[in-house]
Amino acid sequence: MTWLVFTVLSGIIVGGGLGVVTTRNVVHAALFLLVSLIGVAGFYVLLLSEFLAVVQIFIYVGAIVIVLLFGIMLTRSGEYPRIADNEQWPAAVLMGLGFFALLALALLTHPNLSDERNEINLSILGESLFTDWALPFEIASILLLIALVGAVVLAREDKKS
Amino acid sequence: MITLVHFQIVSAALFSIGLYGVMARRSAILILMSIELMLNAVNINLVAVASFLDPDRFAGIIITIFVITVAAAEVGLALAIVLRLFRNRATINVDNMDLMKW
Repeated sequence: MTWLVFTVLSGIIVGGGLGVVTTRNVVHAALFLLVSLIGVAGFYVLLLSEFLAVVQIFIYVGAIVIVLLFGIMLTRSGEYPRIADNEQWPAAVLMGLGFFALLALALLTHPNLSDERNEINLSILGESLFTDWALPFEIASILLLIALVGAVVLAREDKKS
Repeated sequence: MITLVHFQIVSAALFSIGLYGVMARRSAILILMSIELMLNAVNINLVAVASFLDPDRFAGIIITIFVITVAAAEVGLALAIVLRLFRNRATINVDNMDLMKW
Protein backbone atom coordinates (compact mmCIF):
# COMPACT_ATOMS: atom_id res chain seq x y z
CA MET A 1 0.00 0.00 0.00
CA THR A 2 2.74 2.40 0.99
CA TRP A 3 4.65 1.33 -2.11
CA LEU A 4 1.68 2.12 -4.32
CA VAL A 5 1.30 5.60 -2.78
CA PHE A 6 5.04 6.18 -3.08
CA THR A 7 5.12 5.14 -6.75
CA VAL A 8 2.12 7.26 -7.67
CA LEU A 9 3.50 10.31 -5.84
CA SER A 10 6.93 9.85 -7.45
CA GLY A 11 5.25 9.74 -10.85
CA ILE A 12 3.30 12.92 -10.07
CA ILE A 13 6.39 14.77 -8.84
CA VAL A 14 8.75 13.75 -11.65
CA GLY A 15 6.06 13.99 -14.31
CA GLY A 16 5.05 17.47 -13.16
CA GLY A 17 8.68 18.52 -13.10
CA LEU A 18 9.25 17.23 -16.63
CA GLY A 19 6.12 19.09 -17.69
CA VAL A 20 7.47 22.34 -16.23
CA VAL A 21 10.72 22.12 -18.19
CA THR A 22 9.35 20.76 -21.49
CA THR A 23 6.06 22.53 -22.18
CA ARG A 24 6.16 25.52 -24.52
CA ASN A 25 3.23 27.24 -22.87
CA VAL A 26 4.10 29.35 -19.81
CA VAL A 27 0.68 28.98 -18.17
CA HIS A 28 0.80 25.21 -18.60
CA ALA A 29 4.25 25.25 -16.98
CA ALA A 30 2.80 27.01 -13.92
CA LEU A 31 0.01 24.40 -13.70
CA PHE A 32 2.52 21.54 -14.02
CA LEU A 33 4.50 23.18 -11.22
CA LEU A 34 1.31 23.16 -9.12
CA VAL A 35 0.89 19.40 -9.73
CA SER A 36 4.50 18.70 -8.81
CA LEU A 37 4.26 20.77 -5.60
CA ILE A 38 1.11 18.93 -4.50
CA GLY A 39 3.00 15.68 -5.06
CA VAL A 40 5.77 16.96 -2.79
CA ALA A 41 3.13 17.70 -0.13
CA GLY A 42 2.03 14.07 -0.44
CA PHE A 43 5.63 13.01 0.11
CA TYR A 44 5.69 15.00 3.35
CA VAL A 45 2.61 13.09 4.52
CA LEU A 46 4.38 9.86 3.60
CA LEU A 47 7.34 11.02 5.71
CA LEU A 48 4.96 11.51 8.67
CA SER A 49 5.29 15.31 8.79
CA GLU A 50 1.73 16.44 8.10
CA PHE A 51 2.48 19.93 9.40
CA LEU A 52 4.94 20.54 6.55
CA ALA A 53 2.43 19.18 4.05
CA VAL A 54 -0.06 21.82 5.18
CA VAL A 55 2.63 24.50 5.04
CA GLN A 56 3.59 23.33 1.56
CA ILE A 57 0.00 23.56 0.30
CA PHE A 58 -0.57 26.98 1.89
CA ILE A 59 2.66 28.70 0.86
CA TYR A 60 3.68 27.04 -2.40
CA VAL A 61 0.31 26.24 -3.90
CA GLY A 62 -1.59 29.10 -2.33
CA ALA A 63 0.96 31.87 -2.66
CA ILE A 64 3.97 31.17 -4.84
CA VAL A 65 2.20 29.66 -7.86
CA ILE A 66 -0.42 32.43 -7.74
CA VAL A 67 2.33 35.07 -7.67
CA LEU A 68 4.06 33.34 -10.61
CA LEU A 69 0.76 33.38 -12.54
CA PHE A 70 0.45 37.11 -11.79
CA GLY A 71 3.99 37.55 -13.11
CA ILE A 72 3.08 35.69 -16.33
CA MET A 73 -0.01 37.84 -16.71
CA LEU A 74 1.86 41.11 -16.24
CA THR A 75 4.75 40.30 -18.61
CA ARG A 76 2.99 39.14 -21.75
CA SER A 77 5.06 39.96 -24.81
CA GLY A 78 4.97 39.20 -28.54
CA GLU A 79 5.96 35.58 -28.18
CA TYR A 80 3.47 35.03 -25.35
CA PRO A 81 2.40 32.46 -24.31
CA ARG A 82 4.85 30.24 -26.23
CA ILE A 83 8.51 30.70 -25.43
CA ALA A 84 11.13 28.51 -27.08
CA ASP A 85 14.15 27.03 -25.36
CA ASN A 86 17.61 28.31 -26.18
CA GLU A 87 20.00 26.45 -28.43
CA GLN A 88 22.12 24.99 -25.63
CA TRP A 89 19.39 22.54 -24.59
CA PRO A 90 21.23 19.36 -25.74
CA ALA A 91 24.12 20.27 -23.45
CA ALA A 92 21.58 20.93 -20.68
CA VAL A 93 20.04 17.46 -21.20
CA LEU A 94 23.47 15.87 -20.93
CA MET A 95 24.26 17.92 -17.84
CA GLY A 96 20.98 17.00 -16.15
CA LEU A 97 21.31 13.28 -16.93
CA GLY A 98 24.96 13.24 -15.89
CA PHE A 99 24.20 14.99 -12.62
CA PHE A 100 21.36 12.57 -11.88
CA ALA A 101 23.60 9.59 -12.67
CA LEU A 102 26.28 10.95 -10.36
CA LEU A 103 23.81 11.54 -7.50
CA ALA A 104 22.15 8.13 -7.98
CA LEU A 105 25.54 6.42 -7.96
CA ALA A 106 26.53 8.20 -4.76
CA LEU A 107 23.20 7.44 -3.06
CA LEU A 108 23.01 3.78 -4.09
CA THR A 109 26.55 2.96 -3.01
CA HIS A 110 25.98 4.62 0.36
CA PRO A 111 25.17 2.15 3.16
CA ASN A 112 21.59 2.26 4.41
CA LEU A 113 21.50 3.84 7.86
CA SER A 114 17.89 3.47 8.89
CA ASP A 115 14.67 1.87 7.70
CA GLU A 116 12.32 3.49 10.12
CA ARG A 117 10.36 6.64 9.64
CA ASN A 118 9.78 8.60 12.84
CA GLU A 119 6.67 10.55 13.71
CA ILE A 120 7.37 14.28 13.91
CA ASN A 121 6.55 15.58 17.37
CA LEU A 122 5.02 19.01 16.77
CA SER A 123 5.53 20.28 20.32
CA ILE A 124 9.27 19.50 20.15
CA LEU A 125 9.34 21.20 16.76
CA GLY A 126 7.63 24.37 17.99
CA GLU A 127 9.71 24.54 21.15
CA SER A 128 13.02 24.21 19.33
CA LEU A 129 11.90 26.76 16.73
CA PHE A 130 11.55 29.39 19.46
CA THR A 131 14.56 28.38 21.58
CA ASP A 132 17.43 26.83 19.61
CA TRP A 133 16.41 28.44 16.34
CA ALA A 134 15.19 31.77 17.71
CA LEU A 135 17.90 33.86 16.04
CA PRO A 136 17.44 32.36 12.53
CA PHE A 137 13.70 32.78 13.04
CA GLU A 138 14.09 36.52 13.72
CA ILE A 139 16.50 36.88 10.80
CA ALA A 140 13.93 35.19 8.55
CA SER A 141 11.30 37.72 9.60
CA ILE A 142 13.67 40.61 8.88
CA LEU A 143 14.48 39.01 5.51
CA LEU A 144 10.79 38.86 4.64
CA LEU A 145 10.35 42.53 5.60
CA ILE A 146 13.34 43.59 3.49
CA ALA A 147 12.18 41.51 0.51
CA LEU A 148 8.71 43.05 0.74
CA VAL A 149 10.05 46.62 0.86
CA GLY A 150 12.51 45.86 -1.95
CA ALA A 151 9.78 44.39 -4.13
CA VAL A 152 7.57 47.45 -3.60
CA VAL A 153 10.44 49.83 -4.43
CA LEU A 154 11.44 47.87 -7.54
CA ALA A 155 7.99 47.36 -8.99
CA ARG A 156 6.69 50.89 -8.33
CA GLU A 157 6.01 53.15 -11.30
CA ASP A 158 8.43 56.05 -11.66
CA LYS A 159 6.56 59.27 -10.94
CA LYS A 160 9.10 61.60 -12.52
CA SER A 161 9.74 59.98 -15.91
CA MET B 1 9.88 -1.45 2.53
CA ILE B 2 10.54 2.14 1.61
CA THR B 3 13.94 3.35 2.70
CA LEU B 4 15.69 6.68 2.74
CA VAL B 5 17.37 5.97 -0.61
CA HIS B 6 14.06 5.88 -2.51
CA PHE B 7 13.15 9.37 -1.37
CA GLN B 8 16.63 10.58 -2.15
CA ILE B 9 16.51 9.16 -5.68
CA VAL B 10 13.24 10.98 -6.42
CA SER B 11 14.75 14.12 -4.92
CA ALA B 12 17.84 13.75 -7.15
CA ALA B 13 15.63 13.29 -10.22
CA LEU B 14 13.63 16.42 -9.39
CA PHE B 15 16.82 18.42 -8.80
CA SER B 16 18.28 17.31 -12.15
CA ILE B 17 15.05 18.30 -13.92
CA GLY B 18 15.28 21.74 -12.30
CA LEU B 19 18.92 22.00 -13.33
CA TYR B 20 17.98 21.25 -16.94
CA GLY B 21 15.22 23.87 -16.78
CA VAL B 22 17.53 26.58 -15.47
CA MET B 23 20.02 25.95 -18.28
CA ALA B 24 17.66 25.37 -21.20
CA ARG B 25 14.81 27.85 -20.62
CA ARG B 26 14.84 31.40 -21.94
CA SER B 27 11.95 33.00 -20.11
CA ALA B 28 12.92 34.44 -16.73
CA ILE B 29 9.67 33.21 -15.17
CA LEU B 30 10.26 29.65 -16.41
CA ILE B 31 13.76 29.79 -14.90
CA LEU B 32 12.17 30.86 -11.60
CA MET B 33 9.84 27.85 -11.75
CA SER B 34 12.82 25.56 -12.34
CA ILE B 35 14.50 27.06 -9.28
CA GLU B 36 11.37 26.26 -7.28
CA LEU B 37 11.64 22.64 -8.45
CA MET B 38 15.24 22.49 -7.25
CA LEU B 39 14.30 23.99 -3.86
CA ASN B 40 11.56 21.39 -3.48
CA ALA B 41 14.00 18.61 -4.28
CA VAL B 42 16.26 19.87 -1.50
CA ASN B 43 13.26 20.05 0.85
CA ILE B 44 12.29 16.42 0.14
CA ASN B 45 15.86 15.42 0.92
CA LEU B 46 15.94 17.41 4.19
CA VAL B 47 12.59 16.11 5.43
CA ALA B 48 13.47 12.52 4.51
CA VAL B 49 16.77 12.67 6.37
CA ALA B 50 15.10 14.30 9.38
CA SER B 51 12.35 11.69 9.43
CA PHE B 52 14.64 8.68 9.03
CA LEU B 53 17.76 9.67 10.94
CA ASP B 54 17.06 12.52 13.35
CA PRO B 55 14.15 11.53 15.62
CA ASP B 56 15.11 13.77 18.56
CA ARG B 57 15.74 17.17 17.02
CA PHE B 58 14.19 17.23 13.53
CA ALA B 59 16.67 19.86 12.37
CA GLY B 60 15.85 19.10 8.73
CA ILE B 61 12.19 20.03 9.25
CA ILE B 62 13.14 23.41 10.72
CA ILE B 63 15.58 24.10 7.90
CA THR B 64 12.81 23.19 5.44
CA ILE B 65 10.53 25.77 7.06
CA PHE B 66 13.27 28.38 6.57
CA VAL B 67 13.79 27.28 2.95
CA ILE B 68 10.07 27.74 2.26
CA THR B 69 10.18 31.20 3.91
CA VAL B 70 13.18 32.27 1.85
CA ALA B 71 11.59 30.84 -1.31
CA ALA B 72 8.49 32.97 -0.74
CA ALA B 73 10.63 36.10 -0.27
CA GLU B 74 12.72 35.17 -3.30
CA VAL B 75 9.72 34.77 -5.61
CA GLY B 76 8.27 38.12 -4.57
CA LEU B 77 11.54 39.95 -5.11
CA ALA B 78 12.42 38.11 -8.34
CA LEU B 79 9.05 38.92 -9.86
CA ALA B 80 9.53 42.58 -8.99
CA ILE B 81 12.87 42.46 -10.83
CA VAL B 82 11.24 40.66 -13.78
CA LEU B 83 8.51 43.31 -13.93
CA ARG B 84 11.12 46.07 -13.89
CA LEU B 85 13.08 44.32 -16.68
CA PHE B 86 9.92 43.91 -18.71
CA ARG B 87 9.12 47.60 -18.32
CA ASN B 88 12.61 48.65 -19.43
CA ARG B 89 13.27 46.11 -22.20
CA ALA B 90 9.77 44.89 -23.20
CA THR B 91 10.94 41.26 -22.94
CA ILE B 92 11.73 38.73 -20.22
CA ASN B 93 13.92 36.62 -22.48
CA VAL B 94 17.17 36.25 -20.53
CA ASP B 95 19.21 35.79 -23.73
CA ASN B 96 18.49 39.45 -24.53
CA MET B 97 19.83 40.65 -21.16
CA ASP B 98 23.41 41.05 -22.41
CA LEU B 99 24.15 44.61 -21.29
CA MET B 100 26.98 43.46 -19.00
CA LYS B 101 28.20 40.68 -21.28
CA TRP B 102 31.80 41.00 -22.33
